[in-house]
Amino acid sequence: MTKTPIITARDVDVFYGQKQALDKINLEIPENKVTSLIGPSGCGKTTFLRCINRMNDLVDICRVEGEIKIADQDIYAANVDVVALRSQVGMVFQKPNPFPKSIFDNVAYGPRIHGLTSSKAEMEELVEWSLIKAGLWEEVKDRLQETGTGLSGGQQQRLCIARAIAVKPRVVLMDEPCSALDPIATAIIEELIDELRKNFTIIIVTHSMQQAARVSQRTAFFHMGNLVESGPTKTIFTSPKDERTQNYITGRIG
Amino acid sequence: MTAKAQSNPTDFIINTGNRTKIGESILKLTMILCSLVAVGVTIGIVLSLVVEAIEFFKKIPITEFLFSTEWSPQTALRTDQVAAEGKFGVIPLFTGTLLISAIAMVVATPLGLASAIFLAEYASKRSRDVIKPMLEILAGIPTVVYGFFAALTVAPFIRWTGSSVGLEVASESALAAGLVMGIMIVPLISSLSDDVINAVPQAMRDASMGLGATQAETIRQVILPAAIPGIAGSLLLAASRAIGETMIVVMAAGLAANLTANPLDAVTTITAQIVALLTGDQEFDSAKTLSAFALGLLLFMATLLLNYFSLRIVKKYREQYD
Repeated sequence: MTKTPIITARDVDVFYGQKQALDKINLEIPENKVTSLIGPSGCGKTTFLRCINRMNDLVDICRVEGEIKIADQDIYAANVDVVALRSQVGMVFQKPNPFPKSIFDNVAYGPRIHGLTSSKAEMEELVEWSLIKAGLWEEVKDRLQETGTGLSGGQQQRLCIARAIAVKPRVVLMDEPCSALDPIATAIIEELIDELRKNFTIIIVTHSMQQAARVSQRTAFFHMGNLVESGPTKTIFTSPKDERTQNYITGRIG
Repeated sequence: MTAKAQSNPTDFIINTGNRTKIGESILKLTMILCSLVAVGVTIGIVLSLVVEAIEFFKKIPITEFLFSTEWSPQTALRTDQVAAEGKFGVIPLFTGTLLISAIAMVVATPLGLASAIFLAEYASKRSRDVIKPMLEILAGIPTVVYGFFAALTVAPFIRWTGSSVGLEVASESALAAGLVMGIMIVPLISSLSDDVINAVPQAMRDASMGLGATQAETIRQVILPAAIPGIAGSLLLAASRAIGETMIVVMAAGLAANLTANPLDAVTTITAQIVALLTGDQEFDSAKTLSAFALGLLLFMATLLLNYFSLRIVKKYREQYD
């Protein structure tokens, strides 16, 4: 485990048209840890998350300024291939969104477009590895050809996680991955997140303070487009420096 | 407010008489009558088609109508005339219809699909706001205008081009009619397919792009497969429109009932023949006139089947995402 952060954001501003959504964000994210982004709705945490794999490029009116470096490379530099970036920085969305394809094809989608495997056997191995890592293998191994949309919500989300890690990214971004799930499915995913950090750096946006406390080692608190404070999760939850953080984690605002 | 808030029994009026009941039932009756007009007319048309077609099949056996390959519906002026009996084989008309519709679909499918994909996935809001209404204007051009465009501009052009490379082209070719008909149904395909592509949830695009797929890969591997049932539905609707189209073929395809697959020959279609059979003064009990009803029935059943299947496909697709 390296001590230097894998992701560094410096003075990141984001605008939607005239409206400023993020104001001078400076944040360092360590490798192979889970970092959670918390804060009230509309505080900019999802916007920040979507800067890290440049999903904001897909929004016409969105403009990003400042600098985000992953492994010392500026991801907004002119020579960056967004497609390659997104294969290194995977994403799991708020609502499970499996393709209306078979379970196998869902997981194989990313490796196929990036040409990661050279034979059918290799692909099968990779799909199995991803599903095992996502804790879904035992449940689906006998029905890989069935459609992914037929799974339960929690299974669908684990399928989406399998799909994301099949590309073997360095970083996995998770945008409130449990908000559409029941407590049992949530618990399974949280365990999974803890397991996944051995192989991946994980950044998770969550509305649940308990979830942030349970799964993450580092926490960053956003409020109205500002990064109020960040640090080890324990410190943020037990002795926050800023009054706004204090108010939010004790449930007085947000 | 305070006075009403107290429970005074005289404020609690619920026996206001029949005002609502009478109004409601008049409205309801009017609406039932209106919808019955449509249903009644449809039934009437079908019945008249069937009854007259049965009359026709009394004169000409249905097997001859369906399976014989010659169409020349002239009636005799004198009983001893040569070729006194008309020939009523529908096959050349049917193949003519299919040939022209096929040409139209070959033209319209790529154009319509490409514009739909462009509009739904690539076009900026600005260009979409310009292009979409333009395509819809194309749908609003009267077919008779398409017809003389086909007959007076496209057909001579094809004939001229053909002769300059040594091909013999009929002055009224299936190709001319098919090309123009193809242009006519482009907006039908593009507009329906555009709706279907737009109905694919944004989450699918995000998922694919988030995995590092390019936009082209996303369209080819995620969006089109998800939209294909709806697109197939729109193609079938367009095909049934092409099969039933009349004005263009009357003006540009000619009346010669040739059994051919050569798009440079003149062919005729079911619709064009119906027009020819019923224009001018007619005896209403001759096989020639009655054959129009048999043709109409055949056409009606063909397009009905196509519409039925296309609507079923579209509906099945809708259920997937609702």
